[in-house]
Amino acid sequence: MDKIIEMLLQLHPDIDTSCDSLVDDGILNSIDVVTLVTEIFNEFDVTVPASEIVPENFNSASAIWEMVSGLMDE
Amino acid sequence: MRSKVVLRAAICVLVFAFLFFCLQRLLMPKYTREAEEGRLTAEYYGSDKNHDVLFVGDCEVYENISPVTLWREYGISSYVRGSPQQLIWHSYYMLEDALRYETPKIVVFNVLSMKYGEPQNEAYNRLALDGMRFSSTKLKAIKASMKSEESLISYLFPILRFHSRWNELNSDDLKYMFRSTPQLSVGGYLMRVDTRPLNTDPPVGHQLMDYSFADICWEYLEKMRSLCEENGIQLVLMKAPTVAPYWYPEWESQIREYAEKHSLKYYNFLDHVETIGIDYTTDTYDEGQHLNVWGAEKLSAFFGKELAAIGAPDRRAEKDFAESWAKLCERYDAVKKYQLEILEQTGTITGFPVPE
Amino acid sequence: MGFVSVWFILFCAVAVLLYYTLPKKWQWPLLLVASCAFYASYDLRYFGFIAVTTVSVYFAACRISLLRARQNSYFQEHPELEKDAKKAYKAKTKKKTWAWLIACLLLNFGILFALKYINFFIGNINAIISIFSESKIPTFDKLLLPLGISYYTFKTAGYIIDVYFGRYEAEKNIFKLALFTSFFPTLLNGPIDRFPLTAPSLFASHSWDEKRTRFALQRIMWGYFKKVVIADRLVVAVIAIVSDPEKYTGVMVAVGALLYAAELYCDFTGGIDITIGVANLFGVEVSENFLRPFFSKNIAEYWRRWHITLGTWFKDYTFYPLCTAKPVMKLTKFCKNKFGAGVAKRVPIYVASIVLWFGTGAWHGASWNFILWGMGNCLVILVSQELTPLYKRFHAKHPNIDGKWHYKTMCIIRTNAIMCCLRLFDCYKDVPTTFKAFGSIFAKPSFGLLTGKTFLGLGLSAADYIIAFAGILLIFAVSMIQRRGSVREMIAKKGFAFRLAVFALLFAVIIVFGAYGLGYDSNSFIYSKF
Repeated sequence: MDKIIEMLLQLHPDIDTSCDSLVDDGILNSIDVVTLVTEIFNEFDVTVPASEIVPENFNSASAIWEMVSGLMDE
Repeated sequence: MRSKVVLRAAICVLVFAFLFFCLQRLLMPKYTREAEEGRLTAEYYGSDKNHDVLFVGDCEVYENISPVTLWREYGISSYVRGSPQQLIWHSYYMLEDALRYETPKIVVFNVLSMKYGEPQNEAYNRLALDGMRFSSTKLKAIKASMKSEESLISYLFPILRFHSRWNELNSDDLKYMFRSTPQLSVGGYLMRVDTRPLNTDPPVGHQLMDYSFADICWEYLEKMRSLCEENGIQLVLMKAPTVAPYWYPEWESQIREYAEKHSLKYYNFLDHVETIGIDYTTDTYDEGQHLNVWGAEKLSAFFGKELAAIGAPDRRAEKDFAESWAKLCERYDAVKKYQLEILEQTGTITGFPVPE
Repeated sequence: MGFVSVWFILFCAVAVLLYYTLPKKWQWPLLLVASCAFYASYDLRYFGFIAVTTVSVYFAACRISLLRARQNSYFQEHPELEKDAKKAYKAKTKKKTWAWLIACLLLNFGILFALKYINFFIGNINAIISIFSESKIPTFDKLLLPLGISYYTFKTAGYIIDVYFGRYEAEKNIFKLALFTSFFPTLLNGPIDRFPLTAPSLFASHSWDEKRTRFALQRIMWGYFKKVVIADRLVVAVIAIVSDPEKYTGVMVAVGALLYAAELYCDFTGGIDITIGVANLFGVEVSENFLRPFFSKNIAEYWRRWHITLGTWFKDYTFYPLCTAKPVMKLTKFCKNKFGAGVAKRVPIYVASIVLWFGTGAWHGASWNFILWGMGNCLVILVSQELTPLYKRFHAKHPNIDGKWHYKTMCIIRTNAIMCCLRLFDCYKDVPTTFKAFGSIFAKPSFGLLTGKTFLGLGLSAADYIIAFAGILLIFAVSMIQRRGSVREMIAKKGFAFRLAVFALLFAVIIVFGAYGLGYDSNSFIYSKF
């Protein structure tokens, strides 16, 4: 979870990490999302399939973490 | 609540429809300053429909045949349903339209338009048809006349055609928005009193590739003939004595053949110029293309005799006719006087000026 | 039957009347019948193509759903399964569903490619061959291009990909899917709708609603205003400029680009306004396609606000899948080891962006102009992405500049200037002409061309320019107000008489000043040929 927040801060240093509408509010754009997916792959060795890339999964740090841990379980 | 919504919807529809109607009245051409012939088709509906002879055709009838002369000389009650470059299908539907109001004894068709097998110009369709009252005949006429780029809907709602006139509106458009324009013709005849002589020999046409009339023209001539037959009308063919456009002998023989085959009377007045007494140095206002009033009166006097001989009755003794024609004669003389005054003052006449 | 025809208006009126008088269960079938009639009014042969697409997508999607349902019930019946066994079963299902998906996409994009791109493809091969020999592959003439094929192919592709992703179940009723594919207001110019967004309102039963109808009619009128009063008027001048690049050089190229921006915006958003308005008449919600795009402060934002449904389509169905595809991930890893994290981070984005913009370019038209146009957009977006650190430093120095109106205006003007330049590809007949025209703006501005005579020589009268300009000002004013909320809601708060007066005036303006009828060809909606 901390790793995720770290990634987000690296992308946007001024980000509000408790925000739960990162995509809906346009704080994360598509390039940010892809950067995150790449980072997640590097960090956790988990490939986020395209079917998981929906706004709900990237709207907050906890949502991203939930998705990543779900993928790691499989 | 519900009734309020319905009421408001009704008001909306009415306001939009009224607005549409007003805009249409405003933007429709009034034909007061140019293309005055555009008023001819509508003027028929204002006439007393008591005609024994009806002329259909292009400028060769409405500038060459004077119904007032026919009345004065022979007591023939007649009307000219002409329009500029009237094609044969226009003529046919003009006749069909007139038959909704009256059944004349004789219908005269001027054969020049046999040369046109297809629509020539969208503007002439408009001049001929926009003035026609709505009926199934009008619908058929529109369908028969439309060029490929035209649409039926723009005849039903002419604003769709004329909306782009917004930048050429003038005071007449407002003046005649809801009022009809002044009467232009006398019995469908358009008068000119000025003269521009033909001082050379009449022009001769170029050689053509093909002299045969188009099938569609023959078809409509047949339709016209059978329509007359059904209604007990005698169909007469004529060719006005104007020298341009050139009337080819090859055309002449085709018409002659047709007339003989169906035992129709056919008068080619080009063959009778001397008998009629037409002098192209005095009787035309544009070097022989159209006759002026002096020429038209001569031609009408000549033709009237023929028409009377083949059954056009003399109505001078009948009160209804005499009253209705007295008004037309008075108008005719007024127009003539008015134009002569203009001619004297300015030396030229443009369009078809009439007194208010 | 284009949008700008009395027949279309009558058609809609009759359809609406029937829609609210027939029993409610007949409402969506009526829309399907109307859509078929609308399609048939163009060319009966088009039917075959849209039918193949509908049927193939229907069956493939149903198969995919079925396979997934089987897997789930199998897991339920066998709760004792080991994780590995489950994984193996899942892989098997995935393989099968993947096969169905790919077969279906290949078929449908194959049709699209065959009809729209084959001649372009052959032309390019011939160009290569001509270097070596004289022989040529013949191109196909008279290829049929069914109405709206680019729109409905993309719409149904999105649907089946979503079903494959397991985002929703396949539609069981083929007629409902057929209606989604062919819903007539969206055939001419999109939007490229998403099934779960449109379907609920498309198949629901609707009662007539006064406010909804009123808003819909207002929107339709606004669309017609943009389309016939402005776009169809300006298109004459635009065509005059771009079809004579020898005569109109330098500053006139820039003028052409500006006029084209206004024309394209009015044409496309006007068309979408009519589409959405007509859909709303039936109570159907379709996606918005524009969000005042000319107010964007950078190109990326512009593409999130212009032709939104196309942008999100490419993002969801090419950009993300490509970025996360296994080969790309492997390449990323390889690059990280070889060149470091900086390069690796960029690999997926660059690869996917290039493909995305190639696709977007090709979607707009089968020519190098459009492909270069797409690449141009790609370049600008990637460059501005690379310049992010620079912007950040600039903003650190001027912390409050973001809120300043002059900075915002500068950004907006910059964005529009770049877009106007890129759009030149869209205007001129081929790539060299485009570059020549663009170059002449700087090389030989010829300001002497900026005379009344030049402008009147473009086929428009002074009055036409005044009307177009006044119309653009009105649209600008409305857009400014729109930032504070729905203009129609604001008008709705005023009295009935005021509303009636406003829309009666708009109606009169459209009827009188519209550039339609003889002498104007209103039915060449720019976006319907794609």
